[in-house]
Amino acid sequence: MAAPQQQKLKVNGPVAVTANRLSDGAVVWRTAEGSWSTALADAAVVTTAPEAIALLEGAHKRDTDAVGAYVAPVILGDNGTILPGNLRERIRVNGVTFALPGSDTPASTLPAA
Amino acid sequence: MYVYDEFDRAFLAERVADFRDQVERRLSGALSEDEFKPLRLMNGVYLQLHAYMLRIAIPYGTLSSDQLRRMAHVARVYDRGYGHFTTRQNIQFNWIKLEDLPQAMADLGEVGVHGIQTSGNCIRNVTTDQWAGATPEEFDDPRIWAEILRQYSTFHPEFTYLPRKFKIAITAAPKDRAATKVHDVGLRLHRNEDGELGFEVLVGGGLGRTPFVGKSIRPFLPVRHVLSYIEAIMRVYNQFGRRDNIYKARIKILVHEIGAEAFAQAVEAEWANIRDGALKLTDEIIDDIRARFLYPDFAALEAEPAELKAALEDPRFATWYRNSVHKHKVPGYSIVTISLKPVGAPPGDATADQMDVVADLADAYAFHEIRVGHEQNLCLPNVATKDLPELWRQLDAAELATPNVNHISDIIACPGLDYCALANARAIPVAQEISKRFADLDRSRGIGRLHVNISGCINACGHHHVGHIGILGVEKNGQEFYQITLGGRADEHAQLGTLLGPAVSYDQVPGLIEDIVDAYLELRSSPKELFIDTVHRLGVEPFKERVYATH
Ligand code: HEM
Ligand code: SF4
Repeated sequence: MAAPQQQKLKVNGPVAVTANRLSDGAVVWRTAEGSWSTALADAAVVTTAPEAIALLEGAHKRDTDAVGAYVAPVILGDNGTILPGNLRERIRVNGVTFALPGSDTPASTLPAA
Repeated sequence: MYVYDEFDRAFLAERVADFRDQVERRLSGALSEDEFKPLRLMNGVYLQLHAYMLRIAIPYGTLSSDQLRRMAHVARVYDRGYGHFTTRQNIQFNWIKLEDLPQAMADLGEVGVHGIQTSGNCIRNVTTDQWAGATPEEFDDPRIWAEILRQYSTFHPEFTYLPRKFKIAITAAPKDRAATKVHDVGLRLHRNEDGELGFEVLVGGGLGRTPFVGKSIRPFLPVRHVLSYIEAIMRVYNQFGRRDNIYKARIKILVHEIGAEAFAQAVEAEWANIRDGALKLTDEIIDDIRARFLYPDFAALEAEPAELKAALEDPRFATWYRNSVHKHKVPGYSIVTISLKPVGAPPGDATADQMDVVADLADAYAFHEIRVGHEQNLCLPNVATKDLPELWRQLDAAELATPNVNHISDIIACPGLDYCALANARAIPVAQEISKRFADLDRSRGIGRLHVNISGCINACGHHHVGHIGILGVEKNGQEFYQITLGGRADEHAQLGTLLGPAVSYDQVPGLIEDIVDAYLELRSSPKELFIDTVHRLGVEPFKERVYATH
């Protein structure tokens, strides 16, 4: 769970590029079309450092959509599903791991902000 | 309660207007992220894992009911219906959209609260005892001195860009509830033999990556010199503090590297030049600030009213009373701590509805005033003792009367990996699980005073070094692990904890804490010996032997 700012770009396994949406901080993923999506399923998944760097460079071209882009590990599930690759990314995708105050349901089941 | 003047309000409105403009320019792309980031940080806006976070200062922990109600409004309208009270007398909102931030700030600014001095390399909001003005122990109201420092530090041009952030805490009672020994500067107000008021000055305390307990550099500083002396400290720091390495830039590193004595000499030399200059406080200035703190119109009431005696027949009330109510300086009044640690809930969080309840109760029973303490609990400092039974009934109905203050489930925890972009490991769910294991109030009362502090990384926002039991999240091969320390404390005998042994995994933590507590129950010399005293007497070894043998 090394914070992304500490990571050197070593790619061994599938990765995607993620960031926070500028307007509200929501977690977004870089798509193959060069846009951003809140759904991990839409993420462009690559497996080599040059491809990851290319995705990052694309992400950095404009900073009015998303900020703080970095490369995050993902896991490829059966029939192409994309899953977050570590606990940090799981929490970013699914929300906090306990029920938010005043609600009986974990944040992950609340409507997106 | 402190009365803000028109200048403060006008300034805040201007500051919000500036921020609104900055946000608009950021959203349109006229400002880049690199340009915008320092601007948002100056207003207390962070970007966390899933959203922006707004940090609002609660200067010296004092809030009016109107201010708290406005925080409830912000939580409800712009956030997800709750806020988080922190160890630095701040409140944080975790889910505010950038687009909504200027309006949220404007709403808060109308009642005089803001995020200035909650981030960045400035003098941060000065913190103090949440019982200020109410406890019989104090030599003076420390908030007066906190306010004098606030006014001096807020707009001091030299101090907006310090080598690093700078935190000051003040206590005016022998019992230190403000953790002054783990701040960059700690000020301990007391009287000398001639009855004069003055500060003991501590410097170089702090937690984080390199923790230190502050060193005393002056046993007695007459109060009128407090600004010139702080100025001298800041000048020495500004001159010699390291800017080349952010990990070494805090004043604690400087004090450690050159030694407290050399540091004190440098400060004294600098101070000799300025002590009788413009910063020397006159009686008029002090009286003017003092006059802005309005105290309740206390009535002459019975110290032990019939209402209280009757209510004490109810064991639930009696338990809460013994745990959460403390002596007030005025007979017939009490200080009430409101636990924000219901069993199994995230420590320090309050829902908007709960904030409204507390604000209403403050109006009904506590002269409209609420306090926030560094243990992430709230406090009603001025409650008529005869009103306690009714107050308790209403707090209880809002799940705000858990009688666990200072017990093992009264845990300080930072946001950890559930919210924080810097985290190694989660802190909140660890706290939740521990508090569930000790949900039985008889059991936790039998254990007595025991502070568990949890941080999700080395930055130590959860004060783990000074927890009687400290828990620090670390990362090992992509997994959450936790280091446990014993024997830390943040009070007037402040001390850093000692490592117990190898780090354990997330699932092992609650069991390990139970084993530590069992070891204490076995090792203590009598039920009167507190956990911290047993650790102090025996060291960590006997705990280590017992605890790791079972894991
Ligand atoms: C999630 C957003 C947060 C971020 C990004 C953050 C970041 C940091 C960092 C980087 C430090 C280390 C500074 C240093 O030692 O130089 C720090 C220290 C600290 N933080 Fe936080 N923090 C956050 C939330 C909190 C919360 C919620 C609290 C209160 C519960 C808190 C209380 C503190 C305290 C008391 C320290 C001081 C430790 C010391 O004395 O050095 N922080 N924080
Ligand atoms: S201690 Fe670390 S994980 Fe916890 S809030 Fe501070 S920076 Fe985040």
